[in-house]
Amino acid sequence: MNLVKKRKVKNIIALSVSVFAAIIGLFWLVFILSSVLVKGISSINLSLFLNDPAPPGIPGGGLRCAFVGQAIITVIATVIGVPIGIFGGTFLAEYGRNKKYTAVISSLADMMTSFPSIVVGVFVYTIMVRPMGHFNGYAGAVALAIIMIPIIVRTTEETLKLIPWEVREAAFALGAPYYKVIKDIVYRSAITGLFTGILLAVARVAVETAPLLFTSFNNSFLTLNPNQPMPSLTVTIYQYAMGPYKEWHKLAWGASFVIVLFVLVLSILGRWIISKRYGSE
Amino acid sequence: MENKFYAKDGLFKSLSFISALVIVLICIAMFTVLFIFSYPAIKQFGVIHFILSDAWNPVKKIFGGAGAIYGTIVTTVLSLIFAIPTSLGIAVFITQICPHSLKKYFSNAIELLASIPSIIYGMWGLFTLAPIMRNYIEPFLQKVFLPIPVIKYLFQGTPLGIDLLTSGLILSIMIIPFISSIARDTFELVPKELKESAYAMGATKWEMIKDVIFPYSKVGVLSGIIIATGRALGETMAVAFVLGNDHNIHLSLLKSSTTISVTLANEFTEADFRLYLSSLFYLAFILFIMSFTALGLAKFLLKRIKK
Amino acid sequence: MNEILIEVRNLSFYYGENRVLKDISMGVSKNMVTALIGPSGCGKTTFLRCFNRMHDLYKGNRYEGEIIYNGENILRAHDLIKLRSKIGMVFQRPTPFPMSIFDNVAYGLKLKGIKKRSEIEAIVEKSLMEAALWDEVKDKLNSPATSLSGGQQQRLVIARTLAVEPDIILFDEPTSALDPIATSKIEDLIKHLKDITTVLIVTHNMQQAARISEYTAFMFRGELIEFDKTENIFTNPKEELTEKYITGRFG
Repeated sequence: MNLVKKRKVKNIIALSVSVFAAIIGLFWLVFILSSVLVKGISSINLSLFLNDPAPPGIPGGGLRCAFVGQAIITVIATVIGVPIGIFGGTFLAEYGRNKKYTAVISSLADMMTSFPSIVVGVFVYTIMVRPMGHFNGYAGAVALAIIMIPIIVRTTEETLKLIPWEVREAAFALGAPYYKVIKDIVYRSAITGLFTGILLAVARVAVETAPLLFTSFNNSFLTLNPNQPMPSLTVTIYQYAMGPYKEWHKLAWGASFVIVLFVLVLSILGRWIISKRYGSE
Repeated sequence: MENKFYAKDGLFKSLSFISALVIVLICIAMFTVLFIFSYPAIKQFGVIHFILSDAWNPVKKIFGGAGAIYGTIVTTVLSLIFAIPTSLGIAVFITQICPHSLKKYFSNAIELLASIPSIIYGMWGLFTLAPIMRNYIEPFLQKVFLPIPVIKYLFQGTPLGIDLLTSGLILSIMIIPFISSIARDTFELVPKELKESAYAMGATKWEMIKDVIFPYSKVGVLSGIIIATGRALGETMAVAFVLGNDHNIHLSLLKSSTTISVTLANEFTEADFRLYLSSLFYLAFILFIMSFTALGLAKFLLKRIKK
Repeated sequence: MNEILIEVRNLSFYYGENRVLKDISMGVSKNMVTALIGPSGCGKTTFLRCFNRMHDLYKGNRYEGEIIYNGENILRAHDLIKLRSKIGMVFQRPTPFPMSIFDNVAYGLKLKGIKKRSEIEAIVEKSLMEAALWDEVKDKLNSPATSLSGGQQQRLVIARTLAVEPDIILFDEPTSALDPIATSKIEDLIKHLKDITTVLIVTHNMQQAARISEYTAFMFRGELIEFDKTENIFTNPKEELTEKYITGRFG
């Protein structure tokens, strides 16, 4: 009897520890989000979006140039990364599906999704910034694209593999060439999954900092020319947060708020699409 | 007409093949570039000596990576110590305790931790967590541990909040979702019959978890831990805010330090002579190898489970 | 009357080292329904998929022998796209493409390079009528094909196949995923199809073969055991194996 009681007590203790761990996990999430939201929301005003940085001590500065720079870099990265990612994933799931080296490429892509992004920055610095002689927005975009490609390759591969083979065979049986089968049948069936993959990949790289430090670098002026050093929100947050001025910290919190909102909206949207499309089955 | 089809199909196939090849090319190019640019430093300082020496002195042009490597390893180990129990607890909670209707929401909430950008972890760490550590947690830890021999060396120094302990804690929050989601997935793979037969023998829930679920899913959990290790090793921004930049090795967890990635972030654009830059490349190369090994090992283990 | 459309001569088929079809010879009569029956694993589906070279999609397969169609050996054909546009196929489970009902039927036409809207519309209507689906879908041609029921989807796939006017349609157990009512509709349809094309059908259901086919081939372990008029196979089989199978005394 005593032993059974002891076991029951142990059981309750162990399960309580597990519940406690779950509470800790939630606690961190709420703690981080709420402090960003609370500190950030007071810094949100029109001048944050409409003005360029003012010299320290002069009020009314904003981060317009960083918003614009971040957007330009992300768009270029997307333009480079999405086609390569989709095509690459298509090869792994379709043309190359039975080849041994396909599994190797797939594993490699998987590993690259967890790769240190700062090393990507160092790499792109060497192959682009050094030869070109100056920091530039293109290099930042290439660094982000390198991070984006393996993510999209993997989500594309996984999504395409979910489409039943019979549908492809039916199209082949009509005399369709493989590229038409992929374009007309496979992509169309998989469109939601592909879109979600792209969405999550963009959300992930759009808020990267480390790969931009040595590529697009930073400046405090509005520039639309990606051949020049380009400011980005994330690098600006880093500089401002480490800087000594109260106004800078305030701006950094405002930018953080915007970034967190951006990521939350995109990832919740992505999850919602996935659960709507695949969850009910 | 048909000829056109074959030509277009060939084009599509080549394009997709080349795109897949880009993955391989990037990996090879990264390895090659890092190796070539770190070669001057490798030649100058050797391998063993560079890894073991913590002399990082740009003025004297002497570089050793031990400080950064030590910081990288200590923050990673600390983060694992904090994250593993928490993540396993979360996975147990999700799979065994949580009411079914809440399961999905709770899993999603934990995974949201993974989508918070590292720069935000850094900001939050610097302005919110570090003051709390400095003013409350670290003085408390000192009060508890300083009287204890040996362990006291880990908690010496003035609590600043900008140190290894804070960095490890932030990293642990970042990697919790990686470990917990893989642990959750492998816990779910345990066959129902196994669990039921444990209950049939009169086991309590905890005994079933401890004796059936844990042994059954240990390889999966291990691979999740290794992936998380890979993440923690290479994380830059979350740590750059709260670790300082000190290449000297201190035993105390309450001292500032540096990691490979933080060193790169702080010094890469300032390296003004060849050997300095090459030494930074050398560090990046070491980080590349470390992450590659960890992630490859995790991949290998996961493949083995699937078989 | 009994013109041979496709002649199979000494066909063998290998999955890697495994010889799964052994020296099969038979003729498929034009404008007739020919059924392939036999226990599962006997190779009937494998046999069917030789006619449009479906096995070429996968690695490590090898054909031996000849399948003569229009004076040429299908197994030596280089242009599979052209071959498959003349030899249609309908699968076990309905395979609607992720597009509208209209676009599904028009898909093969677009592959053929037909661009004229009026021509496409006419053929789509004709094919849907031939597949006995027109009345059910004429008001919702632009709805997604997946909104149809399983039986309707299967008839849509048949219409899609008919639209390119194939010389023969290969059916691979087309009713195995359908309920009895949808099945009988498909069977009626197949019986009528022989007026416009030729049918080669794999079926797991002997009664179905008896109901709809003129000729029946019984296969066992990769060999063609007996091939004859359907009534002969079911009333007066020459081989003991065939008799055992159709009377249900197998295994």
